[in-house]
Amino acid sequence: MKRRHFLTLSATGLGTVLVYSLDNKTFSAVAQGQPVRIPLRFLTRTEALVVAAAASRIVPSNDSGPGAHEAGVAVYIDRQLAGPYGRDRYRYTQEPFEDGVAELGYQGKATPRQIYREGLKSLGNFLHLDAAGQDLALTRIQTSFFFAMLRQHTIEGMFCDPIHGGNKNLAGWKLIGFPGPRFSNLDDVDKHFGESFRPKVTTLREMAGHTLHPSEEER
Amino acid sequence: MKTLPAVDVVIVGGGWAGLLMAKELGVRTALSVVVLERGGATKTADYADDMDEVDYAIRLHMMQDASKETATLRHNHSERALPLRQFACFQPGTGVGGTGEHWAGVSPRALPDCFEILSSTTKKYGKARLPEDHSMQDWGVTYDEMEPYYAGAEAMMGISGKAGNLRGQRMEGGNIFEGWRSAEYPTPPTKIPYYPHLFREATRSLGYHPHPIPSATISQAYTNPDGVSRPGCTYCGYCERFGCMIGAKAQPSNTLLPVIERHKNVSIRTGAEVRRIVHEKTGQLGQAKGVQYRNAAGEEFFQPAALVFLSSWTLNNTRLLLLSGAGDAYDPATGKGTIGKNLTHQVTFAAAMAFFKQPLNRFMGSGAAGIRVSDLDGDLLDHSTLPFLRGGFFSAESLTSRPIGNFGIVPPSVKATWGAEWKKASVDYYDRTAKIGFSGEHLAYRGNCMDLDPTYRDHCGDPLLRLTLDWHDNERQMAKFMSAKALEMARAMGATEVSPAGELRNYDTRIYQSTHLQGGTIMGASPEQSVVNPFLQHWQFSNLFVLGGSTFPQNPAVNCTLTILALTLRSADAVVNRYLKNPGALA
Repeated sequence: MKRRHFLTLSATGLGTVLVYSLDNKTFSAVAQGQPVRIPLRFLTRTEALVVAAAASRIVPSNDSGPGAHEAGVAVYIDRQLAGPYGRDRYRYTQEPFEDGVAELGYQGKATPRQIYREGLKSLGNFLHLDAAGQDLALTRIQTSFFFAMLRQHTIEGMFCDPIHGGNKNLAGWKLIGFPGPRFSNLDDVDKHFGESFRPKVTTLREMAGHTLHPSEEER
Repeated sequence: MKTLPAVDVVIVGGGWAGLLMAKELGVRTALSVVVLERGGATKTADYADDMDEVDYAIRLHMMQDASKETATLRHNHSERALPLRQFACFQPGTGVGGTGEHWAGVSPRALPDCFEILSSTTKKYGKARLPEDHSMQDWGVTYDEMEPYYAGAEAMMGISGKAGNLRGQRMEGGNIFEGWRSAEYPTPPTKIPYYPHLFREATRSLGYHPHPIPSATISQAYTNPDGVSRPGCTYCGYCERFGCMIGAKAQPSNTLLPVIERHKNVSIRTGAEVRRIVHEKTGQLGQAKGVQYRNAAGEEFFQPAALVFLSSWTLNNTRLLLLSGAGDAYDPATGKGTIGKNLTHQVTFAAAMAFFKQPLNRFMGSGAAGIRVSDLDGDLLDHSTLPFLRGGFFSAESLTSRPIGNFGIVPPSVKATWGAEWKKASVDYYDRTAKIGFSGEHLAYRGNCMDLDPTYRDHCGDPLLRLTLDWHDNERQMAKFMSAKALEMARAMGATEVSPAGELRNYDTRIYQSTHLQGGTIMGASPEQSVVNPFLQHWQFSNLFVLGGSTFPQNPAVNCTLTILALTLRSADAVVNRYLKNPGALA
């Protein structure tokens, strides 16, 4: 069996987090000031730290609000890569793989897992760079397919439903005033013109009232 | 291959068209009807947990599995086609209800002159004005003939809207440019959220005639003529790419299945992937004998049937006819043959992005609750001095501004695409940004067509369908003209910044446009020019009918579902009232 890797997140602002272990059993970890160790499913610890650091440059935590770090984006990305998406379960992967015009979309053979593995290598000693150095390293690769993927996944991890491991403590949704899924907006949809209407934020799990099975949790 | 007991009717594909035909035959005849659907079963209860952007809107949980079967595409006949390795520019559904489960619910009628586009355009502007390489043609059916079936389809779904032309009388507030309608919409317009409201006020001030979008996400509880009741929409905003959790959006599963389930002569077999139409041909004419299909376990069956309906969405309808040799494949070099010709895709794009000072609360809405402007649709503009023919409509919709899909759209003054400055602008503008959409007609051209791909295959080993498709000058000029109009509208709405649509260059498979692909098995008045007659009956096989968007000779700008349903109802009438009494050619 391969060595088990963990991503250690600072507990600041985490509160109670739901953690999925490698065998898909869930448990709650109460942080109480202690760092939280989250078992990784695909990324190695170093890779996860680079993903987390790069995502934090894409959506930084600053005076305009929390960013990729608080939302746990790296955990989201690790789970997506470990799941069917990461191994291209739903992509047409028949050969031959040939280059075509850009409008025909990604035609490569590499799966998201392989793209990350290679792409993270290309960032070199990213963790040893200061913020400006990290920005420069990302600027150098910002036209690559890997960067486009990382940027997209960072947004996904910021604003997904928390069942997917990101948007921790609803940091992303609260940041932009998205209330999450709601059964009904019937009484409000044609009111509040010109003013912000921000109902209490709820998750899909709270709304549905039962356990849900995101697609990355293969059964 | 095992031969199964014969049935009267086999229907290939359980989406809107196939299940509507199954429902009509179930209610009106005693025929034994089997629907073969390659996906799984569907229940409204399945949708209670689906309000998840990642799994449904991004990982495309309800869509056809591209790993098993996709299509290839190239821009012209000298390029090598490559597979669409993931669906993006269109999103075919799978399972019972098909694409009809995850649609947005936008339900307008096509303008009357769309059905006679070739004759009306030639008459007004002369033959010399038509694009040199066009292959436009009339549908072989007129709006007047379609009207009762449009009314029937609206009644079945309980469409919410406001008439603009009631039996010839102009009705302010509705779409005054629409064809005459025999009755008011079954239910009143939906509620209008803030952003579409701004659009209505602004476009009215510019002299346009805004009207509510006809919507299958209905405004109030409704019971249709089949006795099926559905509740009013609650504006949760999860429509396109999602199934409706309460059944307010008309879907085959909540509108047709309850009726089909009452009729024991109709059965639906899921996991049944049809691979061939089996037929016998003598000379030019022939008869379908049934279909060959494969079940989920990989076993092959022959299902004999006296009557075959092909209703497996635009691309698969075309592909199955080509794979089965049921008709003559189109050859773009000679113009001979018909199967695969006239591939079109609604010209849909964000004509302008508008950035506002005030929040828009765009998490509330529905797929079709919104406002539309049709003043520049069809041939309403005088195109004598314009560099393009035909037109389209503008709309301000209220599809939920789901956070992943909408975060990061920033005004043109922000140049960064990641990092602190971009993040701040993305947060500020997340709920202060909206688009003015435009959907235009796509003319048919000789070179835009389909055939079987020589290289790539599906999971059964059959060739994929190859699409040769690109925009032409007419679409590009139209897009440019309409984008300029949309910018005026955005400014009139009080937007602090506006961003124009980029130029329409080559057909781009990476960006969602709509799932309104059309053509391939087109209808028309002559067997030389079309695959099916105006009753959707194959010209060469009188017991084979083809239903769906594949029968549209070209794209009529409007979203296609209502027209597909109306054509299916018209075909069902012809089958029940004429064909069953006297099997043979209906035209």
